[in-house]
Amino acid sequence: MPDPTPIGGTNAATPDRPPSEGLRHTLSRRRFLGYVVGSPFLVVATDLMPGSDRLAATSTTVPVPPPAGLPTSPQPADLIDLGDLLILAGLPTANMLSLQITPTGKARFQLPRQENGQGTQTAVAMILADELDMALADVEVTLAPAEPALMFNQLTGSSNAIRSLWDPVRTVAAAARGRLLAAAADLLDEPVSTLTVLNGVVQAPNGATITYGQLSAAAASTTTAPVTATPKDPSQYRLIGTPQPQMANRAIVTGQQRYAVDLPIPGALPTMVRRAPTIKGTLVTFDNADAVGSMPGVVKAVALPFGVAVVAQTFGQVIDAVNAVQATFTPGPVATEDDASIRQQLLAAPVPPFLAPPLLGTTVAHEFDWAMVNHAPMGTNMAVADVRPDSATVWAPLQTPIAALQAIAQAVGLPQDRVTVNVIRGAGSFGRTLFFDAALEAAQISKAAGLPVKLMWHRTNDMRHGRAHPPAHHRIRASYLAGEVLTFEHRVTSVTTDVSAGLGEAITAGLAKTSLGKMGFSQTLFETTITCPYNFGVVTQTLTEVPVDLNTDSWRSVFSYNTRGAEEVVVDQLAAAMGKDPVEFRLAFMQNDRQRAVLEKVADVGNWGSTLPAGWAQGVGFHQEYQSVVACLATLEPDPLAPSGYRVDSAVLAVDVGLAINPRSLEGQMLGGLTDGIGLVLGLGNHLRDGLPIESAWSHFRYPRQGQAPRDVEVIVMPPTADRPGGAGELGVPAAVGAVANAYARATGTVPTSFPVSFAVDWTPPPPGPVETAPLQGLPAPGNLYDY
Amino acid sequence: MTDTPQTFTFSLNGTPTTVTAPPDLPVLWVLRDLLGVTGPKYGCGVDECRACTCHVDGRAFATCVTPVSAIDGHTITTIEGLAGTVPGAGPDTLHPVQQAWLEHDVPQCGWCQPGQIMMVSALLAQLPDPAAITDADIDKIRNVCRCGTYFRIREAIKRAGELLAEGADS
Repeated sequence: MPDPTPIGGTNAATPDRPPSEGLRHTLSRRRFLGYVVGSPFLVVATDLMPGSDRLAATSTTVPVPPPAGLPTSPQPADLIDLGDLLILAGLPTANMLSLQITPTGKARFQLPRQENGQGTQTAVAMILADELDMALADVEVTLAPAEPALMFNQLTGSSNAIRSLWDPVRTVAAAARGRLLAAAADLLDEPVSTLTVLNGVVQAPNGATITYGQLSAAAASTTTAPVTATPKDPSQYRLIGTPQPQMANRAIVTGQQRYAVDLPIPGALPTMVRRAPTIKGTLVTFDNADAVGSMPGVVKAVALPFGVAVVAQTFGQVIDAVNAVQATFTPGPVATEDDASIRQQLLAAPVPPFLAPPLLGTTVAHEFDWAMVNHAPMGTNMAVADVRPDSATVWAPLQTPIAALQAIAQAVGLPQDRVTVNVIRGAGSFGRTLFFDAALEAAQISKAAGLPVKLMWHRTNDMRHGRAHPPAHHRIRASYLAGEVLTFEHRVTSVTTDVSAGLGEAITAGLAKTSLGKMGFSQTLFETTITCPYNFGVVTQTLTEVPVDLNTDSWRSVFSYNTRGAEEVVVDQLAAAMGKDPVEFRLAFMQNDRQRAVLEKVADVGNWGSTLPAGWAQGVGFHQEYQSVVACLATLEPDPLAPSGYRVDSAVLAVDVGLAINPRSLEGQMLGGLTDGIGLVLGLGNHLRDGLPIESAWSHFRYPRQGQAPRDVEVIVMPPTADRPGGAGELGVPAAVGAVANAYARATGTVPTSFPVSFAVDWTPPPPGPVETAPLQGLPAPGNLYDY
Repeated sequence: MTDTPQTFTFSLNGTPTTVTAPPDLPVLWVLRDLLGVTGPKYGCGVDECRACTCHVDGRAFATCVTPVSAIDGHTITTIEGLAGTVPGAGPDTLHPVQQAWLEHDVPQCGWCQPGQIMMVSALLAQLPDPAAITDADIDKIRNVCRCGTYFRIREAIKRAGELLAEGADS
C-alpha cells in the first residue's frame, strides 16, 4: 500500500553531510616543512604540523546545514573520530619519520606501524614510490623497532595506519625528491623545471641522465636544515589507486617469511606456560619442580606469578612438561562467574533511560546479546626475549611497541635505553597485539631462567587465557510516525573493554588537543567511533561498561560490529514495520551520496530482490567509519551440515574509502571482514564457565572454514571520492554482520536475539589446566585426500 | 612421549637428513626446533587447523600429530621444498599452486598459507583432472584461515588446477 506521506529524510529534504568531518582541512596540496638530516647520503625527515597548522587541525567546528525534515544532529564521531584523535596524538613527533636514499638508489623507510597482513607496508611503499617517481621494487619498507621518542606516533589501530601516515609519508618523499632534483639541476646544469624523473633516473632535456643513487651524496647535507616539501597533487599519482600484490607474498608462499618464533635467535629455546584453571589466577605453589625439571629435553622450569614457564629443547617436550606440572593457583577474580552471571550483571546495570516515546508514534524495540569472542589470530601470542643483566632484547608482533618497551623495562628492572624491542610481522592480530602479553611474559621468563626464550602460547591457553571481545547486551528502541523516524536510541551495556597500555594513553593525548574534554578511554573510543548514518530524528547511542575482570581487548572494529551490526538489524525491522523494502528504506534515510552509492551498487550487482530458491534469503548491511563507507549484500542458503542451518552462498561488498591506495588489498580487507561477520553472526564465540572460557581448540571455536565460506564474493572498490584515504582494515565487519544477520532473519522469519545464532556446546569441554593434546597418528592412508 | 632418543633418516626437501630425537616427537617440532625448517606453522597441535601440513611421499599429513618414528625412511617435503618438486626446477621456480597464490594475492597474515598450499598441492596432484576440481571438492578442505581469505584460496585452487592441467598437456 503506498504510503500517503513523504518519507522523512528524502534526498531533496536531507542535508548532505559527509560521513565525518575532523581533520579534513584540505591538507593535501599545502606545502609542508621537512628537514634534510646531516648524513653522508640523503636522509630526509618531515615536520607535518608546524605552528598554527596544528591548531587549525584541532578545530572541531564544522559547518552543518540547518535541520530539514528530521535530520540527525551531528554526533561526536561525525565531528572528530578516533582516527583524528590518534593523528592529533601523534603530531608532535610526525617529523621523526625518516627516509633514506641509498647510494645504490634504494629508498629505505622504517615504518612505525605493525604489519599483520593488512597491507600497510605495501601501501606505504606505493605512496613513497609514487611521490619519488621510483620503481616500487626499489622502495624498502621495514618495521621500525620501538622508538620511545615517537611518543604516540607508533601505534597501530583504529584502521588508522594509512590515514595517519598519508601526509607525513608524502611529505618526507616530496622533500627528498626536491633535494635530489636540486642536486641533479646543479650537476646537469639545467633548471629543475626542465628535468623529468622515471624509476629513479633523472633526465635533462638534452638526454643526459643521472640516478638517485648517484645523486644521494650530492643531495645530502652535512648539517640538519629545514627544507620545504610540496607533495604532488593526487591526480598526478600513477601507482596509487592501482592494484598491487602484497610485497611479502613471495616469501610467504615459499615458506621464507619469518615471524617472531621463526627467527634464528641464538640460544632461544621453546617455551610455554602452565596456566591457572581460572583466568587471571596467580601461581601459589609449583609442587613438582624437580620432576618437571628432569623431564626429557627440559632445560628450566620457572615459577612466575602468571604460571610455571617451561623451557625445553623442543616444543613437543615443552607441551609434555607443561601438562606434567603440578601447581596451585589462587582463584582468579572471576572464578565464580559464568555466561549467565555476567549477563545478569549486564541486564542489571543502570543505563541512561530512553527518551519518552512520542505519544502518537509507533515503537520498534529489540534486545540482543553478544557472546565473548577470542581474537584467535592464526599464530598464538608469541615473543622471543633475551634478557641479560645489563640489557634486554625482545622480538614480537606489537601494535603498541613503546608501551611494551616501557613495561618490559620496568618488569626486568632495566632503564628504558637498555631495552630494545623489535617489531616483527604478526601472524594475524585483529586487535590482539594492541597488548603485549607475550612480550612481557617472555622477558620475565628470560630473566628468571637466565636464558633467551622463544615463547609461544599453546592454542588452548590462547583460547582460554588470551584476550577477547567482551560480552555485551544491547537495547535498541526506535519510533516512527507518518513515514518519519522520530527517534532511534541504543543502550549498549558491555563488560569493560581494556584499552590501557598504549592505545589508552594515545587517546588521552589526543583528547587533550580537542575541546571534547575528559572522558574514560572506552567512552572516548565509543563516542568517537559510533555514529548513526541515517536521518532518524533524535538519535542517542550510549555505552555503559560493567567492570567484570575478563581478559579483554579491542577486537576488529571494537564496539562497531556489535553496536552497528545490531542497529542494522533494527533498521530492517523498522523498514518492515513502516512497510518499506530494506534497501529503499535505507536509501531514503541516508545522509549523503557516498552512502547511497555503495548501497545502490551492492543492490544492483547483487540483484537485490531477485527470485531465490525456497529457503534462501538476501540481507543488506551498511557501515561508515574511519571516513569510509561500505555496504554488503549477503545471500544465505539452507545448509543441513551447518550448525546454524545456513551458509552464506555469496556476497557483494561495495566500498568507498575516499582514495584507495591499493584496491587489491582493500578488496582483501573487505573479504576478511566479511568472513569475520559470517562467523560472528552464525557461530563464533566463547562460553565462560567457572571463570574460564571452555573453548580450547578450533573445533570448539567455530571460525568459518572453506565449507562455511561463500563460494562467490565480489568486492567493488568505488571510484575516488576524496583526495586522501580513509580507514579500511576493520570497516567491513559491521556491514557484513548486518547483512548476514538480516539475511538470517529473513530466511528464518525470526529476528535473532542472541549472537552467534548457533552457540550450543555439543562437545565435552576439556578440563581446565592442561593444554589439549591429540593421539599420535600413523602416516595417511593412500587415497585419503582430505582426512589425513 | 617415549624418552630415549633414536636416530631417524629421511629425505627432507631432496636432502638426505638424519636426526636424533625421541621417537614420539611430532614431526612439526623435529622440523622447526631441531632442523630450523620454520615454514610449517603451529596453529593448534591437535590436527585441527592444518597450518603444519607437509607432504610425506607426496601425500599431505599433519606434522603436529605424526611422530618422527613414522617418517623414518620416507620422503618429506615442506613448503620450502615444494617448488623443488617441479621437474627441472631452478632457483626461481614456483610450484603452480604457489604461482596461483601469487596471481590471486591470497595471503594476508600468511601464517596458515604454507599449510593451505601444501594441502592443495597434494590434493590436486591426486586428482585425475585437477582442472576439473569443483566447489564441492574445495568445500572439504578443513585448513583454517583466520584472516578469512577463503574465497581467494578457492579462486587460486581453481587457477592452480588449470596451471597443472596446462603443464601436463605441454
